[in-house]
Amino acid sequence: MAADVIDASTFAELQETAGAEFVAELVGTFLEEAPQMLADLRKARAEAHDERFRREAHSLKSNCNTFGALSLGAMARELELRGLAADPVQDAAALDALDAAYAGVAAALTELIHG
Amino acid sequence: MAEHKARLLVADDNKVNRLLLQRSLQLQGHQVSLAENGRVALEMLAREPFDLLLLDIAMPEMDGFQVLEHLAKDLRLRDLPVIVTSAVEGMDSVVRCIECGAEDYLPKPVNPVLLKARIGASLEKKRLRDQQKELVRRFATREVAEDLDASGFALGGHRVEATVMFSDIRGFTAMSELLPPEETIELLNTYYMLMFDAISGQGGVVNQMIGDGLMAIFGAPLALADPCGSAVRAAQEMLEMVALFNLEPDRAGKPPIHIGVGIASGSVIAGYTGTDQRATYTCVGDTVNLAARLEAHTKAAGRAILIDGATQAALGDAVAAEPLGPVQFKGKAEAVEVFAVALA
Repeated sequence: MAADVIDASTFAELQETAGAEFVAELVGTFLEEAPQMLADLRKARAEAHDERFRREAHSLKSNCNTFGALSLGAMARELELRGLAADPVQDAAALDALDAAYAGVAAALTELIHG
Repeated sequence: MAEHKARLLVADDNKVNRLLLQRSLQLQGHQVSLAENGRVALEMLAREPFDLLLLDIAMPEMDGFQVLEHLAKDLRLRDLPVIVTSAVEGMDSVVRCIECGAEDYLPKPVNPVLLKARIGASLEKKRLRDQQKELVRRFATREVAEDLDASGFALGGHRVEATVMFSDIRGFTAMSELLPPEETIELLNTYYMLMFDAISGQGGVVNQMIGDGLMAIFGAPLALADPCGSAVRAAQEMLEMVALFNLEPDRAGKPPIHIGVGIASGSVIAGYTGTDQRATYTCVGDTVNLAARLEAHTKAAGRAILIDGATQAALGDAVAAEPLGPVQFKGKAEAVEVFAVALA
């Protein structure tokens, strides 16, 4: 399951260069931080704050790419580049999709560090 | 490449990025501090010394561009190497970072091998720059070093009002023939040390040393309230120092040294001349030639300090100057009024 959402070679390379134990801690930090990033994205959307919206999406993208969560990273990147949509409904759908994808990533990462 | 432990600061608002960079850098043997945004980074830079800054671009409170702008304006931090690490999209941002003074750019996720190479190169460049600054400091006053630094070692000239001094040891060549070589060099070094003290103590800048002669400038590159007075006071002190030097016990039985000083004031063309590799602050023009001629004339006039009319006029009654009448110098269309200054 993990193989679908986390790019194995990126993750293995990270473990090799930073140490598996450290990566486990880093995943823990990400799992603590990411829900706040997702919440901040929704908050920026609700307050129609384009700059913050882009920055949060940028931050999430950056972390996803670090761990090899490439498809979630690509979704975040799309929001970063696009910024707030003219139609809030479109963003609501995108944010729901992002939440769902994150749930998959979180489960996969947890599996990887405990597996 | 030199591999030494450096003090690095990582500025990134994202905790995962911060921790990962810290880990990579610690594995490379560096000492790492963390800042969660640009403002905090600047506070830390003001408080403690760092060798290099790793800077994220997109940060709340103060972003990377603003940090770069602050650093560029800060004389003390201007040369701190900055490597921008960001997952920012588009070439424009990268170009803007480099234009704002960033040394290098690394895209995120940061490749540890590239990171190591870039940091090594940046630290090496910083070491060379520090060395160059140290050299400038050794051969120039702090003011000139800072002026050079602030102008980015810009070569180029401008016309300024300044007072120029030439000084040398009378009969030094004949004296050096009779002395062992080590003693000649030691004598010169002592002489220069004394002259430098007197000149820089009055705000002058020694810009040339040739054999036993030196040239100094007062009033440039930094303005002085009274360049003529400062130059004359420096000359008087130089003579006092030489007199004291001749009285030193280990000079007993050796021939005393005597110096001649010529001072002229007026418009000069000042600037840094040379190449990018080697440059010196200098002044050229009629005023400089006149000062050199006055110094050469001290022997014929039998006086230690000679000044021109412009310097004498600026001094007024502050310093007793004896008019020696007009002297026709080689290369001058008209005769020049010459004044002799007595010891203080």
